[in-house]
Amino acid sequence: MSERTADPIGRRLPDPLAAYWARDIVKIFGTLGVVYALYLFVGFLLGYDLFGQLNSLRRLTFLIVVYGIAALVVNLHWGYAGLFNIGVVGFMAIGVYTATILSRPVAGQNPTGSLPGFGWPLALAVVAGVLAAAAAGYVAALPSLRLRDDYFAIVTLAFAEIVRITFKSSELQELTLFGWTFGTGGGRGIRTFSNPVRDFFATTGQPVVAAVEGLGLDGQVVPDWSYVLVLLAVLVGTYWLIARLSASPFGRVLKGIRDDEEATQSLAKRTASFKIRAFVIGCAILGLLGIVWQGTSSGYITPGRFLPELTFFIWIAVIIGGAGSNTGTVVGSILFVGLVLEGPAQVRRVVDEFVGLSGSAPTFPDALSALGGGNIDPVLLYVFDQTSALRVVLTGLVLIWLLKRRPQGLFGDRREVASSIDLEGRVASRRRDRTETAQGGDAD
Amino acid sequence: MSRPPEADATDGDGATAASTDAEADPILSVDGVGKTFGGVTALDGVSFDVEPETLTGLIGPNGAGKSTTFNVISGAIEPDTGRVRFDGEDITGWAPHETSSRGLVRTFQIAREFETMTVLENMMLPPENQGGEAAWRAILPGVRDGVKEDEEELFERAWEMLEFFDIDHLALEEAGTLSGGQRKLLELARALMLDPEVLLLDEPFAGVNPSLEQDLLDRLEDLRDRGRTFLLVEHDMDLIMEHCERVIVMHQGRTLVTGSPDEVRSEERVIEAYLGGEVA
Repeated sequence: MSERTADPIGRRLPDPLAAYWARDIVKIFGTLGVVYALYLFVGFLLGYDLFGQLNSLRRLTFLIVVYGIAALVVNLHWGYAGLFNIGVVGFMAIGVYTATILSRPVAGQNPTGSLPGFGWPLALAVVAGVLAAAAAGYVAALPSLRLRDDYFAIVTLAFAEIVRITFKSSELQELTLFGWTFGTGGGRGIRTFSNPVRDFFATTGQPVVAAVEGLGLDGQVVPDWSYVLVLLAVLVGTYWLIARLSASPFGRVLKGIRDDEEATQSLAKRTASFKIRAFVIGCAILGLLGIVWQGTSSGYITPGRFLPELTFFIWIAVIIGGAGSNTGTVVGSILFVGLVLEGPAQVRRVVDEFVGLSGSAPTFPDALSALGGGNIDPVLLYVFDQTSALRVVLTGLVLIWLLKRRPQGLFGDRREVASSIDLEGRVASRRRDRTETAQGGDAD
Repeated sequence: MSRPPEADATDGDGATAASTDAEADPILSVDGVGKTFGGVTALDGVSFDVEPETLTGLIGPNGAGKSTTFNVISGAIEPDTGRVRFDGEDITGWAPHETSSRGLVRTFQIAREFETMTVLENMMLPPENQGGEAAWRAILPGVRDGVKEDEEELFERAWEMLEFFDIDHLALEEAGTLSGGQRKLLELARALMLDPEVLLLDEPFAGVNPSLEQDLLDRLEDLRDRGRTFLLVEHDMDLIMEHCERVIVMHQGRTLVTGSPDEVRSEERVIEAYLGGEVA
């Protein structure tokens, strides 16, 4: 059994390690450990102090967690139900914009003087944001009843763009309706709510911060890491929810739809209903993710943060891990964020530190002409200045490599059996019973 | 979507009473069904009855419209004209999930197993009224215990069925790795998990080796004796003539002849249809 389901990593490990690797938790934390070690090593090379190291790991963990949540949703949609959702950012945008607009102070009671809103308590606004994303998911899923994979993908992509462009529209920047003044802030964006975790450590939790500062650390580490832990709890919750959903009769029907929708229908299943439910559940989680990720990372949201590029990055994480496997999806997120998304910036820092690049190369021709003169520094400088372009290049390379070598992703051929009980165990015990009876029979 | 209230009890009694007569009420009747696809006439007034608790064969040359007829009956396509009645109820235009839920289940010409799912998962998908198909029940602690109990029962049923078809040794295999014949068996076993009254089998023996074929036929006859009805499309004429009580012959989108194997065998028009002669 284990040889057949072994992934490329498990196959190469020596036996005792491979047995450990077979456990999901080891896969996740093993990969995380390796990526952490890489970052600590880079930090060591760059001479980071403890705060520097903690901060570098925090940034890494934050991104892994938020990408992990989004990737799990994509796995529910695509990996299980075969719903090609490439409008992920749109639902995040709806969640966070709804929560923000509802929680902004009402006009007149606005100390900062920026855009007013409805003055809802944050908790209520968050719930409303999640519900709004779910409702948007319902509306977007309706066409899926008649459209097949790729056409549905086009609808979701268009939906996300419509959402982004609507929030960007100057018409909606600030308006007054039925006596309420509110708006999206248009292209300039809107100030979001204050982060309750940070508020806590600024007031009641202050002694904790002070204690940490007493140890000679920057106190900022406390609220920063606490918030990452909160997000981690959201990730664990999402994993739990989606793992249970997929290991159930509900998940079984979703897998049936993915494999052959027509056959599923001819077995008395209303597939449309299952598809819509799976889609809406995922969109609700995306709405929450929009709030806890985009809503808090800089205290400001603009439509520019919800470009399709972000959706594609999330998809790459799923593709690396292997659609259809929840564990693979989380491991894929760790690898994607650690190596592809943040990797180029890390390499650049190390190169800066040790090669000591000199000169400047603002444009590609500059870099090339310097290369003609035998000086490689400007080329390196130019290349590492393009961190975001490097990500895309690296993403492309990873995709080509995966497509050639392992199109199903690292863990894509892993079986996560869709039942609320352990079927393999039941079958094994049946077979045992039978052998025993057979042997008993022989003895007679 | 709303259906007329079901009158199962009376229908059931009626059927039992009638079956003592020579001719029982048909459980499935197709009446004047026509269907054109962009000017091409696929079905041109198909009419036949299927008696309960029989093996009924549907034969005809390639392109006669047998699979299209199946698609119309199961609801995969809606006919332009004509009606389909099942167990006393007009089911014309019902969606596939509605006809299969009502007790009329089909298999496909090329087996359509869920290839990335294990054989057991394939078997446990169809049964209706699974509480765990509601997302919240699948998740919520406490309520989920009920789902687990259902799953245990379902496993028992699926296991028995796999044993019945002698494919229990494949229970944990991915269905996509099965041989063509095994897939056919799996598809039939999977359809039976819905406990249907009528099974529409589209070439159930294609790709099944001869010894297995005999086995499978025995099982179908066994199931028929337990009250199920089968309508099967098949190209093996000998098999149909030997095992079916009634045979329906289709040609060029029409029902040509309906009758017992002997009646059909002696029918001139059937021979002509198969040998390519023009039908008057």
